[in-house]
Amino acid sequence: MRVSIDEDGCVGAGQCVLAAPDVFDQRDEDGIVVLLDKEPGEHLHEATREAALLCPALVIHLAE
Amino acid sequence: MSDINRVVVVGASAAGLTTAETLRREGFDGLVTLIGDELHLPYDRPPLSKQVLLGTWEPERTSFRDDATYQRLEIGLRLGVAATGVDTGARTVALSTGDRVPYDRLVIATGVRPAELRAGHELAGVHVMRTLDDALALQAGLARATSVVVVGAGFLGSEAAAAARTLGKDVALVDMAPVPMSRQFGDELGGWIGDLHRDNGVDVRTGVGVARLLGEGAVTGVELADGSVLAADVVLVAIGSVPATDWLVGSGIPLDDGVLCDDMCEAVPGVYAAGDVARWHHRRFGVRMRVEHRMNATEQAMAVAKNILGEPKPFTPVPYFWTDQFDARIQAYGMFPPDAKMTVAQGDPADRKLVAHYHHEGALVGVLGWNMPRELRAARALLLED
Repeated sequence: MRVSIDEDGCVGAGQCVLAAPDVFDQRDEDGIVVLLDKEPGEHLHEATREAALLCPALVIHLAE
Repeated sequence: MSDINRVVVVGASAAGLTTAETLRREGFDGLVTLIGDELHLPYDRPPLSKQVLLGTWEPERTSFRDDATYQRLEIGLRLGVAATGVDTGARTVALSTGDRVPYDRLVIATGVRPAELRAGHELAGVHVMRTLDDALALQAGLARATSVVVVGAGFLGSEAAAAARTLGKDVALVDMAPVPMSRQFGDELGGWIGDLHRDNGVDVRTGVGVARLLGEGAVTGVELADGSVLAADVVLVAIGSVPATDWLVGSGIPLDDGVLCDDMCEAVPGVYAAGDVARWHHRRFGVRMRVEHRMNATEQAMAVAKNILGEPKPFTPVPYFWTDQFDARIQAYGMFPPDAKMTVAQGDPADRKLVAHYHHEGALVGVLGWNMPRELRAARALLLED
């Protein structure tokens, strides 16, 4: 699984961090998403998919 | 799952699309039909009052998915078609084309419509905003406008006023309530939002209602209840919304400010609702609620799809919503009842960075962050403690 994000459209909701804290973080100043792990391991796939679905700005893209 | 072959979703916006996609993700291989009365491919609404109005996003960018994705997921899109009724006995949905579409499970995700003033909407230059076409019409109006009056200082009105002001227009923001967003966040926090608008040059006219819109053919101004007149060549009416349930009247599906649902978001057997239109019983909070926020559309739609296919579970989210106005990104988790008591827990309103706690009947029910996203996320955990 390869994760990419469209930082530009991110609204800083932080839902991705709640769903997959090992894969996503937020910048301190504005809450914009920070991708911690571009190729998360198998055990993180479900949480990463959940994060992509929950993102209210739909800026998390997965290539599987 | 064997008795479910056809799921029909009415309403092709965030909640409807998420329902359809989640059904596929959960392995449903029957027919999925997504019916929407707009012609555009399903698109996202929050950017309409922000990036689209400001012109920083092309309208196409709001589109959720491309054509190929709908084909790959085998989601049958019927766009530009309105549902006009439901026969819950025969399990069919009637369409504006005269067709009847059979369903085993029906999901109602028709959202809300903008509320209107009693009179004046026939005047050119008077806008409401819900759809992409509404946003583009308002954007075109703003391009030619000098003076803009926004009636209603809720989420939409406050955001649109900020966008219009950012575009360099003379903007007045009018609301009967004492401060902007007081219904959402109370008078003290709303006062700071009012200050934000004033500091950015918006003429904030709160505590006064609208008497009437002025003009013949095209709007020229707004007369307020105190007799003052604001010049306007564009007026945006953003005074709230009403659930889009007219098509369900007489269907036997219970309606009361939305589609009335149980804990599992089911209204009558085989019929569910999700998103802005759904009023469901939140078991954890012990109240019936209807949430007009983007995040809820996704979460509720996911819950409905899973409840259709598997063992039903109560839908008990912590509501999340946000608003962007000028340089303020305000995010909130939980509930914000009108009589809740607000305290600043971190930061300082003078710096326009803060986390506020809202207590109601002794319990923490909501947390709000103003340009403090990380701290707010940490505060969310407090809501889940009791």
